[in-house]
Amino acid sequence: MGRAGTIARRTFMVGSVAVMSGVAFGYYMYRKPGPNPLLDDLQEGEAALTPYVLINASGITLITPRADSGQGAYSVQAMMIAEELDVDMDQVSVSPGVPSPVYYNTALAAESAPFRPTDRSTMANTTRGVMDAVMKFTGMQLTGGSTTVPDGYEKLRMAGAVARETLKLAAGKRTGQDPKKMTTERAHVILPDGTRIAYTDLAVEAAQIEPADHLALRHHSKWRIMGTPQQRLDIVAKSTGTLRYGIDFEPEGVVHATVRTNPRKGGVMNGYDATNAKAMRGVKQVLPVTGGVAVVADNTWRAFAAAEAIDIDWGAAPYPAEMDAHWQALSDSFNDDHLDSRKRDDGDVADAAYDAPEGTVVEAEYRAPYLAHAPLEPSNATVLVGDDRVDVWSGTQVPRFVQANIAKLTGINVDNIHVHVQMMGGSFGQRLEDDVERQATEIAMQMKGTPVKLTYRREEDMTHDHPRQIAMARGRGVVKDGKVHALDLGIAMPSVMSSQMGRQGWTVPGPDLQIVAGAWEQPLSIPNYRVSGYRAPELAPISSWRSVGASTNGFFHDVFLDELIHAAGADPLEERLRLMWHKPSRQVLEAVAEMSDWATRPGEGRGRGVAFCTSFGVPVAEVIDVTATPDGIRIDNVWVAAEVGRVIDPVNFENLVQGGVIFALGHAINCEITYADGMAEQDNFYAFEGLRMRQAPVIEVRGLENDIHVRGMGEPMVPPAAAALSNAIFAATGQRIREMPMNRHIDFV
Amino acid sequence: MKLTVDGNPHDVDVEEDMPLLWLLRDELGYKGVKYGCGVAQCGACTVHLDGVAVRSCQTWAGDAEGAEITTIEGLGTPDALHAVQEAWIAHQVAQCGYCQSGQMMQAASLLAETPAPTDDQIDEAMSGNLCRCGTYPRIRAAVKTAAAKLSEV
Repeated sequence: MGRAGTIARRTFMVGSVAVMSGVAFGYYMYRKPGPNPLLDDLQEGEAALTPYVLINASGITLITPRADSGQGAYSVQAMMIAEELDVDMDQVSVSPGVPSPVYYNTALAAESAPFRPTDRSTMANTTRGVMDAVMKFTGMQLTGGSTTVPDGYEKLRMAGAVARETLKLAAGKRTGQDPKKMTTERAHVILPDGTRIAYTDLAVEAAQIEPADHLALRHHSKWRIMGTPQQRLDIVAKSTGTLRYGIDFEPEGVVHATVRTNPRKGGVMNGYDATNAKAMRGVKQVLPVTGGVAVVADNTWRAFAAAEAIDIDWGAAPYPAEMDAHWQALSDSFNDDHLDSRKRDDGDVADAAYDAPEGTVVEAEYRAPYLAHAPLEPSNATVLVGDDRVDVWSGTQVPRFVQANIAKLTGINVDNIHVHVQMMGGSFGQRLEDDVERQATEIAMQMKGTPVKLTYRREEDMTHDHPRQIAMARGRGVVKDGKVHALDLGIAMPSVMSSQMGRQGWTVPGPDLQIVAGAWEQPLSIPNYRVSGYRAPELAPISSWRSVGASTNGFFHDVFLDELIHAAGADPLEERLRLMWHKPSRQVLEAVAEMSDWATRPGEGRGRGVAFCTSFGVPVAEVIDVTATPDGIRIDNVWVAAEVGRVIDPVNFENLVQGGVIFALGHAINCEITYADGMAEQDNFYAFEGLRMRQAPVIEVRGLENDIHVRGMGEPMVPPAAAALSNAIFAATGQRIREMPMNRHIDFV
Repeated sequence: MKLTVDGNPHDVDVEEDMPLLWLLRDELGYKGVKYGCGVAQCGACTVHLDGVAVRSCQTWAGDAEGAEITTIEGLGTPDALHAVQEAWIAHQVAQCGYCQSGQMMQAASLLAETPAPTDDQIDEAMSGNLCRCGTYPRIRAAVKTAAAKLSEV
């Protein structure tokens, strides 16, 4: 407030919205978060209190700092603010705002603490608090880990409540009437006599008042917006082709660029001959970038064509050139030298699993491949480098990393690096990396004053993706008296966190719990139960792929459990229920049992499998029915139940869960990235297909609201899907699929 | 060469072998048409050429000479929606939405040819269009809603 009126006259650019005058509210009094970034760009005569609600004479803009890659993040964040602000969704616009430490991700901190999500002990909660402070300190504004809802659940609603109550105080000051007797609805304060004053009319006066404090959030029974299907804010634009993504952004004078960097990722470029490329129509420049070369042209296709015409001599890969060596590295990691964590060690596994009578022991090995993220919008970024300022337009999940890295590249102060976050055509974790922004900056630095749009060819995007980790698991278990008696699972993979954060110059101390995520924290009371994580050496660079460690481990853990249950002769669902001590987890299993009518088994030639995985704090159970047809396995039906505490938007929830299951199944049956001569062998969708519509099953979804903790649903539907499919195929055919992609072992329709 | 896009006449000077996709996006500014794969594997670039759905990444500028091209923004607009777009909104099909321009153009072409498609016909016609977010169940439902709506008039 103290800076009111002292800011130079400037236009506040928030996404495509230019806010000419206004006031901003937030959760400032709730937990003082740090400097309000909205203050920096308001016009003279304006004021900004806090960072989430911006009101001016022409309307209300909600700041939704978590990026939208299609999961509906903008809408769901807006819903949470609007609920308490007493505005309706048709009255607001949203903006991702500007990168700022104030928008740090609280929930991601909780997820990084080394405790099971079911652990609510003082120690666990204290550690989560410390991690929160670390995230806050570093200002980690990151979209990921299914954290948008849990992160915003309190602070966004509080941002709305503080603004609403402060507007009432302003109305009181203006009219002399008691704010306690006022109500609010549809962006108006209603005075006791029924007079309505628009928020937009009160905004500037409200800015002069100390924000309201000590507010209570409304009980969910009073919600008007949350919990009710809403029309997504972007749905009309996305249904009419009018939504503009990063790839569509073209400032005046833009030039079109593409790059070719070493397909042996991280390897050097020994040299190149661009004679032919330079002679091609529309080509403006051929410029070096780290690890490769860029073509700048007057049209994207001309840049693509010229890039393909360059003759390049690539250096060797900084990782094993052939897949055999990758698998061997994992295989060689199952020993004490590589032991990274053993946070699950119940009973006496050494005794129970390794000193058991013959015929009771089950052993199995599992594999999961590298996977590209391959969002349908290829990687792109537009960068304009000036003398003392850089503008970046890009669909990024890590705007603060982009800022910091471009500051380093250009030597320009980080405060003058302006990142304008764009809508993403998918991500699945890809846009947690920032190669494309760095490369676009390298090109733009050589063309100062000209905006450069860098677009990857699909082939560049798929072969230079930082894929999901490759992983291997070995299980040994024992059954006794028709029950699972011992389960010992070892998982080996390189550290995703070390690879990913290493590219940001960070060292991640301690064990990487992603190596065992989706396995070690399962709420099962098996008498002898151990999960060991083995850190394999760094191989190909890897990154977070939708559900990260759990994407492989949910498959390993639950399929192995299924094998044991079958060996014990128990019912797959009943035995899981018997072993499950955590009530909300039992309830998701009971829900899918009911939804699928578990007790009535599908007929001849068909098979039904169940799987369970808790990840990101969300217990999810899935049942899948398949038919073994003469042409291969057909996936018929999927039933999913997930415990999320609260379903914020039922329609978006259903869509997200159905889509996530299809995403998971498609990759499970037919996708992998393999390296030959150090290069990814799959470079387009013909070799990395996923599910087509004709293969998509009917999927029924139920969101449960039994737990007190509210969780996000961007990822947790992924880990159980492949396991449920493998378990269903076993039920239908007797063939146990222990490796993804499954079409290496069995055909699919 | 001359062509008409969404009712607008254009006269352009480009290579014969420039994909229609890039002619539309970069030369003429029709950004509703999307680049996904460049090799007719994903369908994001689908437009209508003289009323029939084609992959614009595998249609050459030379072949579009004199043609009537319709993009998603010519199919209907937020103020005057095509039945397919209306159904896409009603079912809230889109997640990231990047493939949906192509999905809707494919669906509109299917319904123009086959006004009351069976489930198999829908799957057959739509399986060339990838959706990485996995919105297929909603696409199926929306195609049926659009078919019903179109049969009313």
